[in-house]
Amino acid sequence: MLSFITRKKILDRLMLAVFFTAGFITIFITIGIVFVLLSDSVKFFQEVSIKDFLTEKEWTPVFATKKFGVWPLVAGTFLIAAIAMLVSIPLGILIAIYLSEYASVRVKEIAKPIIEFMEAIPTVVYGYFTLLFVTPILQKIVPNLEAFNSLAPGIVLGFMILPYTASMAEDSMKGVPQRIREASYALGATKLRTAITIVIPAAISGIVAGFILGASRAIGETMVVAIAAGMYPNLTLDPREPIQTMTGYIVQVALGDLPYGSIEYLSIFAVGLALFIIAFIFNSIALWLRSRIREAY
Amino acid sequence: MNKKGKIADSKADIIYPIVGFIAFFLVISFLITLIIDILIDGFEKLVDPSFYTSYPSRFPEKAGILSGWVGTMLVMAGAIFWSLIIGIPAGIYLEEYATKRGIIGKIESIIELNINNLAAVPAIIYGLLALGIFVYRFKFGESILTAGLTLSILMLPVIVVNTREAIRRIPRDIREGAYAVGATKWDTVRDHILPYSLGGILTGLIIAASRAIGETAPLVTIGALTFIAFLPPAPFVSEFPFFSPEKAWELFMSPFTVLPIQIFNWVSRPQAAFQINAAAAGFVLLVLTVLMNALAYYYRQKVRRKYIW
Repeated sequence: MLSFITRKKILDRLMLAVFFTAGFITIFITIGIVFVLLSDSVKFFQEVSIKDFLTEKEWTPVFATKKFGVWPLVAGTFLIAAIAMLVSIPLGILIAIYLSEYASVRVKEIAKPIIEFMEAIPTVVYGYFTLLFVTPILQKIVPNLEAFNSLAPGIVLGFMILPYTASMAEDSMKGVPQRIREASYALGATKLRTAITIVIPAAISGIVAGFILGASRAIGETMVVAIAAGMYPNLTLDPREPIQTMTGYIVQVALGDLPYGSIEYLSIFAVGLALFIIAFIFNSIALWLRSRIREAY
Repeated sequence: MNKKGKIADSKADIIYPIVGFIAFFLVISFLITLIIDILIDGFEKLVDPSFYTSYPSRFPEKAGILSGWVGTMLVMAGAIFWSLIIGIPAGIYLEEYATKRGIIGKIESIIELNINNLAAVPAIIYGLLALGIFVYRFKFGESILTAGLTLSILMLPVIVVNTREAIRRIPRDIREGAYAVGATKWDTVRDHILPYSLGGILTGLIIAASRAIGETAPLVTIGALTFIAFLPPAPFVSEFPFFSPEKAWELFMSPFTVLPIQIFNWVSRPQAAFQINAAAAGFVLLVLTVLMNALAYYYRQKVRRKYIW
């Protein structure tokens, strides 16, 4: 029989191993993602050359003459993300300055959870709202707006990413030391002038990091665009026309019966790899910007 | 600055709070419009009890969300189970056990960087991961087991971050006190760290679950079906011990649908009558999300008041 102390020590070691294993397993998620995306993309690129994938201007995997030029999907993705940012950045900055420099503590306490909640709403609900409420209203204002378009999803995504553009901007503005504001007030500057010329420049890394994370979220968002943007790969910058995004294509193919190993099955992994690389670049820029915040003061 | 500029500046300080509030009000109006819109659109189905007890159907007036909500509950139970055995222990390790020295320290920093990166991966990529690994390489198929695993991976970064924050709030004195009377690390974790951080950890779990419950894209990717006119078998039998492992396995491997996928399917149909169903199911999902978030918010406030160090 082991002594009480020995048993305790063994149990302690055992639990350390359990917790370490749990942490270690999480590495395999990333390894799994990279493995799946790469291995199935490699198979895809054995049949479709990388050159065609990157230079062709048409994406017609379901037609008799299949063409796999990724640009229509990339263009659609970035068009929607750009519209979302056009809505979200001005709105986000206005709200962030208001909450960080003007609003009372009580208003802030209510406002922050409401803004954070924008991201908690199931995206499929946003999709319904976009298709059946936002688009019909926009059709009355914007001439020739089709039932599926990139304008309405872009606007809705702009609201959805406010937790990044407004809330994160407010967080970084709040992080600017009060003494810097006081110095500005002492020189006779008003609150708004202080906010624009002192606080925002001081917090700019954090604010831009939030914008980039928001853009990344809009690029990776799936359901709103799958429901309301159409399923039509279209190399256009016209927000009134139906388009297809990278995520929308993956959903469209996944909805059909996809035979394992077929070219359509493999193509979603190639598109997924491209999407993963884009998201990774955006996230790395955001992380780098955020690491600069600490250097400011 | 000249005098004119000063006057313009001080006027701006009066006008800006109004502009800022209007911007914020726009967001609230957007939110309220969304909620009222789906409530009105789906009202006639929401008050119809048979909507909650019927299977999907090709006739919109007969279609219901029974298999949808049962599927959602089962998949979420799976996701929470995996989060309990992977996500929370991983968070505890990183915050409480990490030595940050030598080779182990290197691994720890990789784990940490890895989890930060996972938070920014688009949800649909997790769907591709699950399709490539769980469905085709592990041969779990398009099952409840696969769906639970997929959603638990999505929940992981949120759970780890919240677990770590909850543990970080416990002051060092508590640990030193425990070690001083001879407690091992595990004794300390079990008797002090876990009880004091449990509130924060559970809050994180609820928030993560409230995000996962509305996820559609990764489950569409792994091939969740939209037309399920049966329920998975219950793992219970009439004779002792009333639980059958074979039936439980059948349950895990059974095909499924969930509420968000049911909504997606109904929205995509051309008939307007199905859109009523989509709105009603969307409202149910929204209510679930609101309830979970409100619970997490309330719980967090309560926990913060309970332990003030």
